[in-house]
Amino acid sequence: MPLHLHDKETMRLEELSFQIREDIIDMLVEAGSGHSAGPLGMADIFTALYFHVLAHDPKKPDWPDRDRLILSNGHICPVRYVAMAHAGYFPKSWLMTLRKLGSALQGHPERLKLPGVETTSGPLGSGSSQAAGLAYVGLMDHAPWRVYCVMSDGELQAGQTWEAMLFAARNKLHNCTFIIDRNNIQIDGTTDEVMPLEPLAAKFEAFGMNVETCAGNDIRDFVAAIARAQAVTEKPTVILAETIPGYGVDFMEYDYAWHGIPPKTGDESRLALEQLRTLGGRIKSEHQ
Amino acid sequence: MAAILRGLNKAAHLVRDILSPEKVKRVPTRDGYGEGLVQAGAEDGRVVALCADLSESTRTLGFKKAFPERFVQLGVSEQSLASIAAGMALAGKIPFIASYACFSPGRNWEQIRTTIALNQANVKIAGAHAGVSVGPDGATHQMTEDIALMRVMPNMRVEVPCDFVETKKATMAIAKQQGPSYLRFAREKTPMFTTPKTPFRIGRAEVFRFGDDAAIIGAGPLIYQALVAAEILSREHGVETRVINAHSIKPLDEKTIVAAAKETGAIVTIEEAQAAGGLGGAVSELLGATLPVPIERMGMQDRFGESGEPNELMEAFGLSAPFVVKAVLRAIARKYGESVAAEPGYVTEAKARLADIQKAKIKEALARTPKKWN
Repeated sequence: MPLHLHDKETMRLEELSFQIREDIIDMLVEAGSGHSAGPLGMADIFTALYFHVLAHDPKKPDWPDRDRLILSNGHICPVRYVAMAHAGYFPKSWLMTLRKLGSALQGHPERLKLPGVETTSGPLGSGSSQAAGLAYVGLMDHAPWRVYCVMSDGELQAGQTWEAMLFAARNKLHNCTFIIDRNNIQIDGTTDEVMPLEPLAAKFEAFGMNVETCAGNDIRDFVAAIARAQAVTEKPTVILAETIPGYGVDFMEYDYAWHGIPPKTGDESRLALEQLRTLGGRIKSEHQ
Repeated sequence: MAAILRGLNKAAHLVRDILSPEKVKRVPTRDGYGEGLVQAGAEDGRVVALCADLSESTRTLGFKKAFPERFVQLGVSEQSLASIAAGMALAGKIPFIASYACFSPGRNWEQIRTTIALNQANVKIAGAHAGVSVGPDGATHQMTEDIALMRVMPNMRVEVPCDFVETKKATMAIAKQQGPSYLRFAREKTPMFTTPKTPFRIGRAEVFRFGDDAAIIGAGPLIYQALVAAEILSREHGVETRVINAHSIKPLDEKTIVAAAKETGAIVTIEEAQAAGGLGGAVSELLGATLPVPIERMGMQDRFGESGEPNELMEAFGLSAPFVVKAVLRAIARKYGESVAAEPGYVTEAKARLADIQKAKIKEALARTPKKWN
């Protein structure tokens, strides 16, 4: 599939990404707990993945030739759930069940509960290894599918990530792309305060990775980075996607306090939804 | 019900002259893993073997030679070992991951929990060099908590085979079974006393010796010590002891164990691991909930191991036949309501034995101090 994005398609995806953000707010308010900043910040990337990049079939989540999307930082699963619902994996109404007893939409994603999530994740640092294991088999079996692994920047502090990078580079897993949500926040503060990560690109390069950077809230820029990753055949690629945590809701943006909490019912969620529906006040909407 | 025979169970097809040391070969259980793995690999092309810089000592090397394209070297990275294997399993392979038990599942327990067990990834975890018999390497490398750690994990099965032959069977059996398993084996040469004809089925315990006065329920190479102890008990004390090989610690053969409690009324468990939480824990939990009888739990008594020769350590930690004899007699005494010491004799005497051996070994070593060191 050619990855080049036309203007019309870009606009369609951008619009969709804001619908996904609205649904994230609605589902988090209903759940009463969960993470806000990461899912909002990653809405553009998940929109691009599910509606432009991935080879997948929502009606056949076990299709053997599908691309594998591993979500290592499982806590941002609301964005994946909403994107999957929009793609047709399950009815949108299920979004109301997030984090509730009996739900397929667990607080952190579980493979056995929800077909299509590929793996169970939450404890940070192990997604990259699983992605590398999948990619290794992909090359071993000359499979047509690719592996994408979404990771947070905070989880790069876990040593296991670097074990996976050694393995991926040594085995030239060029069918594997690690997408890092570089939003500079984690639970206790900014990554710079908690445990600095820079120079991040140089670290990955030193580990033998091809490194691409992009604006993670610019769908066209992200898709271009994916296209560059696909063109590299001797190394795995790390995409440092610079995102704005909480993107689309001004009082959440850049604020680490929104890492692990949902908006409150009432004014807070109303304001968030209003901002999202008007693209941050840039457009007038029939909802006003 | 079938008549209870005295002595060894013929249907168990154990090696003849099982108690004459010159007739019983000594082979490490890890060799059984190595051979079983090659055979599993030959039978199923989906089997892959992963190793974290320990391919020779975990006996993964044979597989590497036979199927180089299905061998994956990870280097010293046990956390990644577990999760990469999970990824490979999700892509349809049957990965066997081998390291020392102290590192896997010791170091990567959470990765096993989340990416293998909760994920129902078809990964087989092989814990090598388990127990104190790894000897001179010392406590860091003597894994004694692994049975408890793995047994408590939902979706996980736990196999602790008793010798080379059984380890080979267990390796091939878990390869054929869908879902995660933990397989525990050791470095040291231990008696090879079962045969290819000895019955083996995951989830079933095998009665190796009949007896109705007490029952020893064990797992791993220490079963041999239990058989030796049973012979001593019969000859010197007129006590007939049933010996049960409970190689499947999970799923546990509840029927055989409850029957043993009912028919003997006195139970001893033995394993080269912590006496708490492992097989001893499993048996105590089961009988506590069904048929409470006196239970003596033999194993490491809430302490780490230390450096030493394997045979010295087994004696110093009370894991040889003479201590098993004491444990059985104590269980029987309790069955008849006799008063016993608060601390079991097999524990007290092992402590004393440890102190004696330590003293003797150090004295002997110091006596060889070169004169030039003054």
